[in-house]
Amino acid sequence: MDLISASAVNWSRAQFALTAGYHWLFVPLTIGLGLIMAVMESLYVKTGDEKWKTVATFWQKIFGINFAIGVATGIILEFQFGTNWSNYSWFVGDIFGAPLAIEGILAFFLEATFISIMFFGWNRVSKKMHLTSTWLVFIGASLSAFWILVANAWMQYPTGMEFNPETVRNEMVDFWAVTCSPVAYNKFLHTTFSCWAVGAAFVVAVSGWYLLKKRHTDFACRSIRIGSLVGLVAFVMLAVTGDGSAYHVAQKQPMKLAAMEGLYEGKEGAGLVAMGMLNPAKQAYNDETDPYIFKIELPKLLSLLGYRNIHAFVPGITDIVDGGYTLSDGTTALSFRERKERGELAIRALADYQTAREQERDADAANQESILRENYAHFGYGYLDTAEDLIPNVPLTFYSFHLMVMIGVYFILFFLVMLYYTGKKDLHNSRWLQYVALWSLPLAYLASQLGWVVAEVGRQPWTIQDILPVQAASSAISSHNVVTTFILFAVLFTGLLVAEVTIMVKQIKKGPEPAAQEKVSHPQG
Amino acid sequence: MEFESNRPATQYNWFTMFRAGFTSMTRLGKTLWIVVIVKLIILFFILKPFFFPNLLDTTYDNDADKARHVCRELYHKAPSTE
Repeated sequence: MDLISASAVNWSRAQFALTAGYHWLFVPLTIGLGLIMAVMESLYVKTGDEKWKTVATFWQKIFGINFAIGVATGIILEFQFGTNWSNYSWFVGDIFGAPLAIEGILAFFLEATFISIMFFGWNRVSKKMHLTSTWLVFIGASLSAFWILVANAWMQYPTGMEFNPETVRNEMVDFWAVTCSPVAYNKFLHTTFSCWAVGAAFVVAVSGWYLLKKRHTDFACRSIRIGSLVGLVAFVMLAVTGDGSAYHVAQKQPMKLAAMEGLYEGKEGAGLVAMGMLNPAKQAYNDETDPYIFKIELPKLLSLLGYRNIHAFVPGITDIVDGGYTLSDGTTALSFRERKERGELAIRALADYQTAREQERDADAANQESILRENYAHFGYGYLDTAEDLIPNVPLTFYSFHLMVMIGVYFILFFLVMLYYTGKKDLHNSRWLQYVALWSLPLAYLASQLGWVVAEVGRQPWTIQDILPVQAASSAISSHNVVTTFILFAVLFTGLLVAEVTIMVKQIKKGPEPAAQEKVSHPQG
Repeated sequence: MEFESNRPATQYNWFTMFRAGFTSMTRLGKTLWIVVIVKLIILFFILKPFFFPNLLDTTYDNDADKARHVCRELYHKAPSTE
């Protein structure tokens, strides 16, 4: 791609993807390790076994490195809203800002306060106080994620707001509808379990390396036991919450579901593609080319997952463009063309409303406001030129989704095997398994990133589902500016990643140090 | 990063715990703090002011003008009104 000719919108999207992708290398490990180290410290407090303290302090040190390098990398995303996405930033008003503010004020400070006690408080505060702090670090990190995900979920399923044509902003009318939307809590659970999964894979991989090197074997086996247990729970729960995600996507973002499955022609009793290869010869959604080179399908499962009914009709891409099928609420789906017309009406009504208000023609303003409200649900369609603009990148969404699911299934088996070998106390002799443990780590990170690719690429062209596409959300800025900051971020983040890996590898090579004995009495504990 | 001492915990308040934690910090702890501080300086004193101005805040003084600007942008970006 020519660096300069690509549009500012594409560069802004690439920049957001780059920073979010890098940021998401740090976050899952913070949350995942946060849980695992808290469990390990709990075992220390419960049993009084100093070896658990050694295990917990080592992972807390690794957690500290990851936290320090990763902290504030997410703030860069917020910088971009005001510069690259100023229309979006204004348009969403306080709905997006409120969860982010709560995240910054409440959750981050909770996390930051107790992280200090966790590091400085060993032998300084009571065991129970220290343990409480460690758990609060984990809870704080999870709460941080919750508020960010509430904001993201609102973009996927806008609810609890009302558009004010006077201020040209969406205003929050129901805080709880935004916070407790089914998409938000399901997204939070699914994402949190994915963090646990990454943390577990990390702990097991590093411990596998120690076993391969025949160093710190007791430490490694204890870590693998906890890591595998957390990992197994995480991946099973990922499957459960993934089912919830599929259900909500089917209801609220049917185009994303169709892209995830490469489904062009909808059908009743649709099957779920377990494995398949898309046909690159398929150029347009409505050509006659078979979308698959091959596929292995699980009959009826997509209908069951998406609509809780094995006979339900699952619309394909063509159906969503053409409309005319019956929706879950009994109404008939509008075609792209109809929605586009309504979107154009809404856009024009907003402009006319503003003009009428400026000229103090109140009756006309009221009339335009009424037209706008009637058609606001289709507002974003007025920015799309052709039906193709409505369709996300199908191959990227399809392969990302299926690869993520395959990795998930692999990890369930992997952690079961790890737990079996841990139970048999035969991990020391199983070098092949130690290698597998070590080399499985990139897969966990890959799956975690792929999840976001599915969520974000699959919902294109929307920044706010059905309301605002990316081209309308972006600022009128030159692509040169965005290219410059893109390169700056690429350098900065790569530097941070190199620093993280270098410091971490050094500490891992150094290995755990026996925990210092308690030297003080703790009247409170 | 861990802090060791023989003094009883009750003789310390939160402030002394933090002070002692910082003053007896290991090399790793210091390195991480340097990384954090350098990163925050880059973010808030270089990137934010020089590369990421809030376009609406720097161009318009009040909310009414910002709303009008966004309204115009939203109108002109629609293919039907180009």
